[in-house]
Amino acid sequence: MSEPSQAESRKLSRRSLITTGLAATAGALGLGAAARFAQSYGLIPPDHAGIYGLGETLTYASQRLLTRHSLAREFLRSQISKPPFRNEMPPLNDAYKRLQAGGFADWKLSVNGMVAQPASFSLDQLKSFPSHSQITMLQCEEGWSYIAEWIGVPLSRILESVGIHPQARYVVYTSIDPEWWESIDMADAMHPQTFLAYGMNGGELPLGNGGPLRLRVPRQLGYKSVKFVTQLTVTDSMKKFGKGLGSASPEGGYAWYAGI
Amino acid sequence: MSDSTCVPSSVTAVPVAKVIARHSALVRVTHWITTLCFFALLVSGVEIVISHPRFYWGETGNDLTPTLFKLPIPASRTLVPTGYGYVLPDQNGWSRYLHFQAAWVVVFTGLLYLISGVLTKHFSKNLLPQGADFSWREFSISITKHLRFERPSRAETWSYNLIQRLAYLFVIFVLFPLVIWTGVAMSPAFVSAFPATVNVLGGQQSARTLHFFVSVALLLFLIVHVVMVCLAGFKSRMRAMITGRAATPLERT
Repeated sequence: MSEPSQAESRKLSRRSLITTGLAATAGALGLGAAARFAQSYGLIPPDHAGIYGLGETLTYASQRLLTRHSLAREFLRSQISKPPFRNEMPPLNDAYKRLQAGGFADWKLSVNGMVAQPASFSLDQLKSFPSHSQITMLQCEEGWSYIAEWIGVPLSRILESVGIHPQARYVVYTSIDPEWWESIDMADAMHPQTFLAYGMNGGELPLGNGGPLRLRVPRQLGYKSVKFVTQLTVTDSMKKFGKGLGSASPEGGYAWYAGI
Repeated sequence: MSDSTCVPSSVTAVPVAKVIARHSALVRVTHWITTLCFFALLVSGVEIVISHPRFYWGETGNDLTPTLFKLPIPASRTLVPTGYGYVLPDQNGWSRYLHFQAAWVVVFTGLLYLISGVLTKHFSKNLLPQGADFSWREFSISITKHLRFERPSRAETWSYNLIQRLAYLFVIFVLFPLVIWTGVAMSPAFVSAFPATVNVLGGQQSARTLHFFVSVALLLFLIVHVVMVCLAGFKSRMRAMITGRAATPLERT
């Protein structure tokens, strides 16, 4: 009785081995196809390598597929946080102090990279574009948050005015402190709520909140809303910026994509 | 009770016990992946919380607003008013990476477990209380047994008791969905596409506070679960969840 049953079980295990092998091959081919699809549709973040690359890629890809055009929640004027919150201030460098002494009259935002006409904008020039405002939440990765009214010009207006090349994939933006730089993909760069903000809660943008100019990205955590912005660079690849991980954040151990 | 008895060798042998299948391979594999992910989520979650150990209700909360409650611990960031004169090491970067990575793995594992549990009737056969068992009488008997810390009967080697079934069902169908929901409700990008997920919870800070409470509930379950495994017989229960087999007397019908 034991003989045939052993033979049977051997046959079964061979069959299951073949099935498992086929399933594994199909899985590997499927993964390969998924990776090619993800690459061609811009679903892979610059910090996709390393042990946490899988989670980061899944988060970025799924949120890109679900949220490409969705709008960040906007709030009522009565929901604006009182008193207005400001985070800890990084030490301001000499370049900032010099511009501050001149009332920021000489503050310049230079726009370069893959654009038809590289340009440089003063604050007054930025304010000459039709101004927009949004009441949105700023959420810090630490856990705190506040709601404020942000006044400025949509980044897309500035990018359209300089004419971006069709192969552009990222916009890199840098603070007056060159150690502080970030980048976003074109979905966030052209998003109607991504602002170059120069005002807050009806007044000028306070120094503590990034004045005179901050890039506001309301669908991502606060660290993507870089303060004291002086430069925008349009590019098709993040490889040549820093360590090629997309921004200063992954170099310091934080995710490039912060839509969480 | 030797392991060799699981191979039916000859008719003349008189086995005193035989080893029966207790947990399917899929249940065992998903159980241990979930265990690993839960520890990763717990450690990284604690690291994330200590960067701001203050909790709020509603949409917003920060150092300038009143709290719902504060954890009586120091923080890993300098500006948080905790009342302590020192700052803990800041481990938020890798903790956040690990938290989301483990969350993805546990979500896929949970989906696999759910789908297979429905297809193999695991839930209806093993977890849903069976007709006659599901009465107040059975419930009070089961409660009393637990309160007296009675060791489980032999029958419980291959079946779950009523309270155990209800606890597992609560974790699988209430706590896990809730912890995922309150988690994604904190994502500014996710809620831009699905604002109702955060609005019905009362706001982003409410979602964060609820995420904390549900995590505490899951941790309490884990502690009770491990204590019960030890009471029931650590070796036999671990063997059942690792090898899939449980020793049981032959006279079982």
